Amino acid sequence: MHDTAPALELHDLTVAYHKKPVLWGIDLEVPQGKLIGIVGPNGAGKSTLIKAVMGLLPISSGWVKVFGQPLKKSLQRIGYVPQRESVDWDFPVSVMDVVLMGRYGRLGLIKRPTKEDREVARACLEKVHMLPYANRQISNLSGGQQQRVFLARALAQESDLYFMDEPFSGVDAATESAIITLLHELRERGKTMLVVHHDLPTAREYFDMLILLNMRLVAFGPTSEVFTNELLQTTYGGRLTILSDVAEAVKEQRILR
Amino acid sequence: MTTGAIALCLVISTSAEAAKVSDLTSTNIGEQALRFFSLQDPSLRFALVGSILLGITCGLLGSFIVVRKMALVGDALSHAVLPGVALGFLWGQTKDPFAIFVGATIAGLIGTTVVSLIKQTTRLKEDAALGLVLASFFAVGICLVTMIQRLPTGNKSGIDKFLFGQAAAISAGDVRLMAFVTLLSIATITVFYKECLVTSFDVGFARAAGFPTQLIHHSIMLLLAFTIVVALQAVGVVLVSAMLITPAAAAYLLTDRMHRMLLLAALFGMIAGVLGAFLSFLGNNLPTGPFMVLGASAVFVCAFLFGPKHGVVVRWWKRRSRSGRIRRENALKSIYRVLEERDFRDEGVALRELAQLRRESIEEARAESVDLSRHGLVSTHEEGNVLFFTPKGWQRACEIVRNHRLWELYLTNAVQYAPDHVHEDADVIEHVIGTETVREIERRLQFAKRDPHGRLIPGLEDIYPSTAGRRA
Ligand SMILES: Nc1ncnc2c1ncn2[C@@H]1O[C@H](COP(=O)(O)OP(=O)(O)OP(=O)(O)O)[C@@H](O)[C@H]1O
Ligand SMILES: [Mg+2]
Repeated sequence: MHDTAPALELHDLTVAYHKKPVLWGIDLEVPQGKLIGIVGPNGAGKSTLIKAVMGLLPISSGWVKVFGQPLKKSLQRIGYVPQRESVDWDFPVSVMDVVLMGRYGRLGLIKRPTKEDREVARACLEKVHMLPYANRQISNLSGGQQQRVFLARALAQESDLYFMDEPFSGVDAATESAIITLLHELRERGKTMLVVHHDLPTAREYFDMLILLNMRLVAFGPTSEVFTNELLQTTYGGRLTILSDVAEAVKEQRILR
Repeated sequence: MTTGAIALCLVISTSAEAAKVSDLTSTNIGEQALRFFSLQDPSLRFALVGSILLGITCGLLGSFIVVRKMALVGDALSHAVLPGVALGFLWGQTKDPFAIFVGATIAGLIGTTVVSLIKQTTRLKEDAALGLVLASFFAVGICLVTMIQRLPTGNKSGIDKFLFGQAAAISAGDVRLMAFVTLLSIATITVFYKECLVTSFDVGFARAAGFPTQLIHHSIMLLLAFTIVVALQAVGVVLVSAMLITPAAAAYLLTDRMHRMLLLAALFGMIAGVLGAFLSFLGNNLPTGPFMVLGASAVFVCAFLFGPKHGVVVRWWKRRSRSGRIRRENALKSIYRVLEERDFRDEGVALRELAQLRRESIEEARAESVDLSRHGLVSTHEEGNVLFFTPKGWQRACEIVRNHRLWELYLTNAVQYAPDHVHEDADVIEHVIGTETVREIERRLQFAKRDPHGRLIPGLEDIYPSTAGRRA
């Protein structure tokens, strides 16, 4: 019934760490079935945006809607690829165990993964060419392989909206193009993907739309329209330091919740 | 700071233990051991069952503590419960397990709350906050314990047993509480295994997938507090965190799957518990805690040394046997070279020729030939002075030479190394390269016949002769 609703809608989203705002009043309406890049300098708040939208961080003001519904109701439709550094790769689990975790959300509490879940997990591993590694412990993987395991786990979630935090970091060119092919395939099936990406030249090539971010939303639109020198300069240039000064002041005065 | 506290505890408990240590010599150890395992004595039964139960729950909870990197939390929590134990004692005026359980749990929870408060309101990081709470709560506890001992009933109170543990003091009530906590831990971990696993591995992902990560974290913390509190009577405040961490750490060394780690840790905890109770009983009720921890540490050392995958001994052994194999294979290669230089006309190779080619003394060459013949690779004649390949030795020599020359050729052709650069490299690679890889290299080289130095590469028909080929 909400099929035409935007995949993601943010209204006046402000996010703060320890009362110091790092994202200011973001308004965004992301249509369905697009591959969208999020770009901005280090510390721009890209990871923060993703985490806040998924409810991993408290938001200071504003609201989030996913497929026209509040976040809580659409958790099942969201998939997540965190930054690779966010977990301990010496953890005693196998590649298969990690990919199966992608099924956990659908299972709900208590229930165990079934045979079908295993089948899905194997298929997802196959898609990222990691099936031969299914029974390896995760610490024996290279960086690019770890990234592909995370991707397989997200695929196993079978979601409609994906958030991916730097899926291309530490990945060689061949893997990168394999992942891009995979993402295009997902787009053909009507999925929406928001991908944090650091390399501007390839960003222009890969994504349908771009979110330019630096503590505030600098621009959002089709790549051909927003990939301009002027907008990029605003995003990456030094002029936004005023915002961080103000953020410090806000923290001192304890203005936010 | 902890050392100081321990010294203080020792002072408190020495007076009680001094008499017992002197009893030790007069006790017949064999008789004691018999008494322990005959389980006639009800208090012994409680001690044994209690130690087993606490070993299991410590192992289970400890596994999660270790993989969640919360070892220090366990330590802080166990020290923080001491004031609660003392207050529970004062409240009931006797050693009432339930009062002590409630008091200790509350103290533990207050301790963890204070830690998170310090973390949230100051810039101090977790480790500093934990250290602070650990020390201050423990200090308060020691003061209270000393006070209780000064009371008229204090001396017989048995409160000092909470510092280093006394399995013999475990009562029926204690066992009931332990059984409850153990069952609760097992039930929680089996029913919510998936939830515990995903939140421990990747908390952000778990939350995004809709799991109540906070609730799960707090449940694990509560179970941990319960475990510590029921283990106190047997292990004591000071060492209980070692019972949490050591069996789990040993299990972590032995396996790389969480469910196996849980099972192993529970088993190790059980072994350590029983061992501790037994040794303490043998020593006429010496404090149990140190013995349990020693037992657990012994298990850990064994895992560290003899673990099948990462164990130090196994790794050493593998390295040793590999270097032995490489030495033998090099000798085989040299024998092959000697034969090759005279076009395989005469099949016996004199020790002197081998020594010459390998630039070593006759004695060294003799030692090598003895090693080779022990492995059935050559047979020796004329008092060990002449060597002949056995079929197995010939096969292996051909394989090695073939690996070596194919690899050299591959490096010069495909990777374009200069011919004089490749020999050393090939000397290492030839011993580790697999048959699959060799075939692949051969295919890529279009089944070349000669190596970069123009020497013939032994073909498969030499190695696996279908017809009776040349052999010694
Ligand atoms: N846990 C945290 N506590 C306090 N401040 C944080 C925390 N995480 C991030 N920040 C701050 O928030 C800002 C945005 O961080 P974020 O990680 O979202 O940046 P990013 O755009 O993802 O950067 P990068 O490209 O380096 O990944 C930074 O200034 C950072 O210092
Ligand atoms: Mg980031």
